[in-house]
Amino acid sequence: MSNAPHRFALIQRLLHWLMAACIIAMLFIGVGMVSTVAQTYLPLILIHKTLGVTLLVLVVIRLALRLHYGAPPLPADLPPAMKLGARLSHLALYGFMIVMPLLGLGMLWAAAYPVVLYGGIRIPALLPQSDIVHTLLWNAHFYLGFAFFALVLLHLAAGLFHALIRRDGVFDAIALLPLRDRTPVE
Amino acid sequence: MNQSGNVPRSRLGSLVLIAAVLGGGAAVFAYTAGWFSPGRLSPERMIAALTPPSGAPLGHRRNHAKGICFTGVFEANGNGVELSRAKVFERGSYPALGRFNLGTADPNAVDATVRVRGLGLQIAAADGEEWRMALINPPVFAVSTPQAFHDLLIASGKKDPEAMKIFIQANPEFAAFADWAKTAPWTASYTEEPYHGLNSFIFTDAKGGDHAVRWSLLPTVQPVPVSLAELEKRGPDFLEQEIVERVRTAGPQRWTMVTTVAGPGDPTADPSKAWPEGRRTVQVGTLVVQRIEQERDGPCRDINFDPTVLPQGIRVSDDPFPAARSSVYRKSYDLRAAEASDYPRTGTARP
Repeated sequence: MSNAPHRFALIQRLLHWLMAACIIAMLFIGVGMVSTVAQTYLPLILIHKTLGVTLLVLVVIRLALRLHYGAPPLPADLPPAMKLGARLSHLALYGFMIVMPLLGLGMLWAAAYPVVLYGGIRIPALLPQSDIVHTLLWNAHFYLGFAFFALVLLHLAAGLFHALIRRDGVFDAIALLPLRDRTPVE
Repeated sequence: MNQSGNVPRSRLGSLVLIAAVLGGGAAVFAYTAGWFSPGRLSPERMIAALTPPSGAPLGHRRNHAKGICFTGVFEANGNGVELSRAKVFERGSYPALGRFNLGTADPNAVDATVRVRGLGLQIAAADGEEWRMALINPPVFAVSTPQAFHDLLIASGKKDPEAMKIFIQANPEFAAFADWAKTAPWTASYTEEPYHGLNSFIFTDAKGGDHAVRWSLLPTVQPVPVSLAELEKRGPDFLEQEIVERVRTAGPQRWTMVTTVAGPGDPTADPSKAWPEGRRTVQVGTLVVQRIEQERDGPCRDINFDPTVLPQGIRVSDDPFPAARSSVYRKSYDLRAAEASDYPRTGTARP
């Protein structure tokens, strides 16, 4: 175990925590903005759209890094069920990261809304206006948003479980700073 | 966190911490979503207040539900460029798409029963930017805030006559609108109405200078006052029939777009307050309505005339209404798009 890389590359760890903060912000902005008629609605929806497209770009970079660097192995003593759960939940997390911005863009296109991001950047429409497509994508974006949040909570719980209870190095693999004063890193 | 591996945190304490993080996270999420705040003015509550006792107008806009589509052009005369660098003000002709409508939540309302008439408009600039707006014919808005608008809908929907009295006491600004509703002449044509944006926006010119403005579309035909009693005899849909017939026989109809620039200290956050007479106005162009199409399968049906869809060079001001309208219109759009089967595109009978 000491010979295998036990941590993700620094760029992967940085991207993980940056995206974590942005995704949590996105989920909160999403449910907050649609529940208000206050003036904050407009800046919130602008941030939501801009950050969503940014996250779509970041997850592509992230996947490329993952393919290039790989991931540290899970602890050998982790029960098979937990290993499977870890793999499936990570697949689902990546899936949400890719699908959510695409659903968001698609539902705006299908509603014939111009997609204008911060700074006046416009994303051209790739779908024609359609009530049926809009409704389908809107529902998917809305309900998957809650599923995404639930999965983020589960992921957080698992991370804390590894960090606080199992103390098996899984959390250290993604932590920006070492949890224990084991060996100084970097 | 812990200083060394020699002092193991108690397992129970860790589990409690994990549970607290999860429970707290979920609770904050639910709070942000408004689940603990039934008093928050949400788009759903605004739409509930708009919904008539007979039920929601399925497949239709939740307000201004009755309307008819048009297409045409916006002919910019170039005068607007001194106020805004938006491309639609550069001298030229830009495709326009819009909708004449009535301020009612009932798509089958009888025309003579609806006081407020409106116009939704989308102008497309050559570079793909869009300017959308929704205007109405009263010269001032009924109330100062979105909350007051919600309260007005609730009060006016009550059978108890005291409800409106209490509302007016709490919202004295309503008097100016009420006065207009009582005294302004009725007309028998959408083409004889002025349409006012009412909300304040900020124009930014090429040098970066900001100008608070409001805009109106003023009719180019002379309005002919008609008594309400006369209008009641003309049938439930005379406005749609009249504009179809007028454009067919008399050709394109025109409105002059006039922007009014706020003076120092003029209220920009309150559309119920008119700006004083004599403020600088700039005629920026002409809306030409060339073709009328039925809404059912017409091009305006699927357009949300969200007044915050703005080109570069125009942005919202401190007026609270554009954000509220955007939020509620979006919800209304989501609902009617999901209900499209209740308002089929083909078929001759009105629903």
